[in-house]
Amino acid sequence: MSSEFTRREALALGVSAAAMAATGAAAQTSSSLIKVADVPTPVFEIEKGASLRMLRPVRFVQPDEDVFRANAARFTEKTGVTVKVDFVGWEDINQQTAVTSNSGAGPDIIIGFTDAPHIYADKLIELTEVADYLGKRYGNWMFLAEKYGKRYKSNAWIGLPFGASSGPLVYRKSIVHAAGFEKVPDDHAGFLDLCQKLQKAGKPAGFALGNAVGDGNGFANWILWSHNASLLDEEGNVIINSKETIAALNYLKQLYPTMIAGTPSWNDVSNNRAYSSQEISLTANGVSLYFSLKKDPATAAIAEDTEHQFLPTGLAKSSPMGGLTLNAMVFKHSQYPNAAKAFLQFMMEREQYEPWLNANSGYWAHPLTAYGDAAVWSGDPKVRIFKNTMANRYWTGYKGPISAASGAVNADYVLVQMCASVATDAATPEAAASEAERRAKRYFRR
Amino acid sequence: MSVTAALSRSAIQHQPRRLARLFDYKPFLIVVCLTPAIGLLLVFLTYPLGLGVWLAFTDTTIGRRGVFVGLENFQYLLSDPLWWGAVFYSIFYTAVATFGKFALGFWLALLLNNHFPFKSILRAIVLLPWIVPTVLSALAFWWIYDPQFSIISYLLVDVLHVRSTNIDFLGSPWPARFSLIAANVWRGIPFVAISLLAGLQTISPSLYEAAMLDGATAWQRFRYITLPMMLPILAIVMTFSIIFTFTDFQLVYAITRGGPINSTHLLATLAFQRGIAGGELGEGAAIAVSMVPFLVFATLFSYFGLARRKWQQGESND
Repeated sequence: MSSEFTRREALALGVSAAAMAATGAAAQTSSSLIKVADVPTPVFEIEKGASLRMLRPVRFVQPDEDVFRANAARFTEKTGVTVKVDFVGWEDINQQTAVTSNSGAGPDIIIGFTDAPHIYADKLIELTEVADYLGKRYGNWMFLAEKYGKRYKSNAWIGLPFGASSGPLVYRKSIVHAAGFEKVPDDHAGFLDLCQKLQKAGKPAGFALGNAVGDGNGFANWILWSHNASLLDEEGNVIINSKETIAALNYLKQLYPTMIAGTPSWNDVSNNRAYSSQEISLTANGVSLYFSLKKDPATAAIAEDTEHQFLPTGLAKSSPMGGLTLNAMVFKHSQYPNAAKAFLQFMMEREQYEPWLNANSGYWAHPLTAYGDAAVWSGDPKVRIFKNTMANRYWTGYKGPISAASGAVNADYVLVQMCASVATDAATPEAAASEAERRAKRYFRR
Repeated sequence: MSVTAALSRSAIQHQPRRLARLFDYKPFLIVVCLTPAIGLLLVFLTYPLGLGVWLAFTDTTIGRRGVFVGLENFQYLLSDPLWWGAVFYSIFYTAVATFGKFALGFWLALLLNNHFPFKSILRAIVLLPWIVPTVLSALAFWWIYDPQFSIISYLLVDVLHVRSTNIDFLGSPWPARFSLIAANVWRGIPFVAISLLAGLQTISPSLYEAAMLDGATAWQRFRYITLPMMLPILAIVMTFSIIFTFTDFQLVYAITRGGPINSTHLLATLAFQRGIAGGELGEGAAIAVSMVPFLVFATLFSYFGLARRKWQQGESND
């Protein structure tokens, strides 16, 4: 992968951000693969003496931060607006957003996760003008981007998605082949059959059923969505206690005995460790697992034998996956809303966005269709599967409106625990579904 | 000459004397001395506590100011099996862990009270589990209890060949509950042992000598001298220990996050889970407030119960 820097190179480059910006720009604009439509660029009259403060989640890889800072520095160079970017730990960004929103002070822009703009919708300025322009220029926003960017049942954009990351199946090619499968089957019966054979082979599957925000919810949602069950209907009513859910839980009852022991206590790193130490041959995870295997000489062979595949479709129309989304928002309390809009627009333009997307080497996937041509997606074929993450048709709180409550149901592990209690025989599917309904209704009571 | 000198001297002394008189004025002194302490208490204790109690009566969420809802949060909690589960485990956890800590801690204190070489060094080493930051020891236990990479499973399966499968410490409710209690006991023993050791050293050796002359056995010396003399300090240490254990958070949150399926939630972790992760600040605060009656009861019981002289020295002694 030509676009992937090693840590050392990136550090050396990071010493001089300006130099990096210059070389990066020269390299990219001449060889940009991104097709653009010729549409008039909205011009925002930047306020006198404007300066911006922003928060965003910390990087996966060092080049992410370097390129992001270099891009911001170029904005300053071009407009004279200084931009102070702070990188915040993933666990802290929600709390800091809450404080910013409640106190009406602090950063002008925050890149939060996924549903954040919908939680603070009343405190944000609309970014419709920016989003409409970018959509027209870069071949339209992808499905998830529109879902997470627009206010429910309106065309007003309150968030500006920067990218998303998803957790497909990660499996050992050789072991799946040895079990008699070309790839992981897309139907429930076939998937169960594979898992049973993997278990007989001593290299079982393993999916988190513990209090793991990412992996646990990913698996629970897959079980439900692939049986056409969902937490909410289109109007936002809780419909988790349905016959589809019962069917999904009954399937889980058959699947669970084929998994490695201990998954009810797994957290977000457990499956990475078990896969890396070759205890399991099939799990679901983000691209980080593959990269960490590939980077370490001791596990490079495992990376070589690793394949990614979309989660099995089951009864669903498309692979039931969502995506953790970087979602930018501008607060009403900002004194320089025009500068903020201009900045976000600048960062999404190909001169800035394309190098940044490439620098992320696949950890984040683009929200605008035209960026599908970026160099990063023609590199490592095993990373290519992440290219259309934002075209996924499922989201947190599917099929209802995005709200604080759907995020809370995720964070409180309501669906994960429903699955875990059935898997471990602590509750019948009927009892577990009605308990999940009770808990979800509490969150959706207003 | 002498008159002017005396005058000027009194003029110079006049100013400080007024200041000194001000500082001799008791009400002023009380205000000056108490202001910093009361200020700190108000800002860092009363305000957060009051805010917490107030939040418990509102439906505040993260990102949205709430309105007063009276006892709604508490009514919901009473109908919530997860809250009852947390109440049960908090009491169970506190009771079993406190018993374990005191049984082992007292025993350790008695051992350390003997004369042996390297006494001071050994006493210092015993304190280690207590000195290590809780999160670090929790992480260590998290590895020890890991379903795939547990050192205990490794020893039993791969080295000693006693078992054929790994032990699933945290995957099902009861083993997870006892695993956490074991970790808490390990961490709490030093505090109990060292405190009780301090108590043991205040018992006069002459009592033991007298008892030995009377032909008392070791058990009798323990039962009729050590234990009664230790009861006051036992009461204090137990009160502290119960409070620490009942309000424990880090150990449980770092090892199980309340899992599997909420079987190991303490009230403190459940409050955090609902209030911060789930965003329901009002409900989280209500869970935290619901701990107060239990704490008050436990404190009163151990303090008044164990410190009563009737309990220590028989019915007739008031």
